[in-house]
Amino acid sequence: MPHVTFIEHNGTAHTVEAVIGKSLMEAAVDNSVPGIDADCGGACACATCHVFVAPEWEAKTGTRNEAEVAMLNFAAEVKPNSRLSCQIEITAAHDGLVVHMPDGQH
Amino acid sequence: MAETDRVIIVGAGHGGGAVAATLRQYGFKGTIMVIGTEPLAPYQRPPLSKAWLKGEADAASLALRPPAFYAKANIDLRLATTVTAIDTGAKTVATDTGDTFGYDWLILATGARARRLPIPGMELAGVLELRSAADADQLKAALGPGKRLAVVGGGYIGLEAAASATALGATVTVIERENRVLARVASVELSEAYQVAHRRRGVVIELSAQVAALEGVDGRITGVRLGDGRLIACDVALVGVGAVANIELAQAAGITCDLGITVDLAARTSDPSVFAIGDCTWRPLPHYGRDFRLESVPNALEQARQAAASICGRALAAPEVPWFWSDQFDLKLQIVGLNFGATHTVVRGDPATESFAVFHMTDDNHLRAVEAVNMADAFMAGRLLIAKDRKLAPAQICDMSVAMKDLTV
Ligand SMILES: Cc1cc2nc3c(=O)[nH]c(=O)nc-3n(C[C@H](O)[C@H](O)[C@H](O)COP(=O)(O)OP(=O)(O)OC[C@H]3O[C@@H](n4cnc5c(N)ncnc54)[C@H](O)[C@@H]3O)c2cc1C
Ligand code: FES
Repeated sequence: MPHVTFIEHNGTAHTVEAVIGKSLMEAAVDNSVPGIDADCGGACACATCHVFVAPEWEAKTGTRNEAEVAMLNFAAEVKPNSRLSCQIEITAAHDGLVVHMPDGQH
Repeated sequence: MAETDRVIIVGAGHGGGAVAATLRQYGFKGTIMVIGTEPLAPYQRPPLSKAWLKGEADAASLALRPPAFYAKANIDLRLATTVTAIDTGAKTVATDTGDTFGYDWLILATGARARRLPIPGMELAGVLELRSAADADQLKAALGPGKRLAVVGGGYIGLEAAASATALGATVTVIERENRVLARVASVELSEAYQVAHRRRGVVIELSAQVAALEGVDGRITGVRLGDGRLIACDVALVGVGAVANIELAQAAGITCDLGITVDLAARTSDPSVFAIGDCTWRPLPHYGRDFRLESVPNALEQARQAAASICGRALAAPEVPWFWSDQFDLKLQIVGLNFGATHTVVRGDPATESFAVFHMTDDNHLRAVEAVNMADAFMAGRLLIAKDRKLAPAQICDMSVAMKDLTV
């Protein structure tokens, strides 16, 4: 199973096993990574699963969909590499993926 | 908070599961016991009428946390167990398994139950409600190509089930007592758009229709008899006519209740050692200056954070503007705010395109609520604007050349 790393705003890193076919958000929630709230459970309705994808991984995590772009536009500290982690589906190619988290999702 | 503190959570649903996890996240070191009537560990209900019903999500994906989480986090889950009484003096709860457990903090997360209709035929086989995973299993098993589903009640759950059943090839009739669907919970504009959207995709909607009885043969439903005498033939009927808060346990313990268990903005009840969260609460809405009962995941999660913060001695987060979502067909609805105090609406976009938003404004153009269909930026902007109690110019809302983001700066 691919390993992915979530880095909290304070620098604490959490490397967890992700499940192929599930979302990156689920990898965080299933492993109790603090900092991903995911209030809507992946319905792309809440924007509380915001992450910054490390530049070298942007190509492998795909592009944002229309609703995701609209939601992220209003997130507290949006950056060009902002994504909603519930919209990234884990594949074998994501082993080693690194994402950073903003300072709070609410 | 002391290391020996004992928390008992009554109800292992979305709120109960979330507050247990949040307590640990906030560093709570004492014991946590979660007692729940259902046989399943805490799971998410929203997919039961959406992705899960359509077969697009598996049962494991419903779980709020993976099964190993509870042991790892040292959370004592007591499933298939019902709390039958609370003694607030002795600080104990009694269960139907004959146990008595002591607590220092009690959190009531008992949720709500489906309202039952006082009409003949409710006991027939094939008459279902949709609240639990067990209900959803029954409904899913009864659906499929060629099956006829009658949905009594045009609320969110009924309409979502209608959309999912249609996707599964069933023929669906929605029967609504009012003259529009979503009458209690949405604007006229939104109701009309959803009626059009459902009818366009093959759902039959009967409005201003009274249900006189559910009729059956050999104990199995065969149709819904309307007040005007017509029979809507069906193989299965889903009754979705609202929910009633589970407050009896709290009431019997002498805890103050209204239409729900009365709580403050720290999720505390009239008993200082007892909190209540989620669908079972009657809670303040600080942005609207009144109390209300909300039935939504964001509400349960907000109150879970309030209760956990109170117990752990943490500062409370600023109150959220209530919000909600609903997925039907390819329509993604996001609602923020409530229309208390609103006197007029302004529509952005064209409902005919299935991408639009209804803005609810007060007399002096303060924003109270936004209902956004396939228009996430209107929802997100609304969230910020309502929290700030900002005034908006109606002409700007309608003007699609003005970006929503620009209205928030
Ligand atoms: C089909 C469906 C679709 C939904 N869709 C959405 C949606 O899209 N968006 C949204 O925001 N919300 C949605 N909701 C609402 C959302 O699921 C609820 O608001 C949420 O589950 C509330 O959490 P809760 O913990 O308060 O109650 P619940 O999740 O209902 O949990 C309460 C639990 O307490 C148990 N219990 C009750 N009394 C006792 C007792 N005495 N002893 C032990 N256990 C007890 C019950 O058995 C139940 O398991 C939906 C609900 C349903 C049913
Ligand atoms: S979990 Fe809600 S938007 Fe990702």
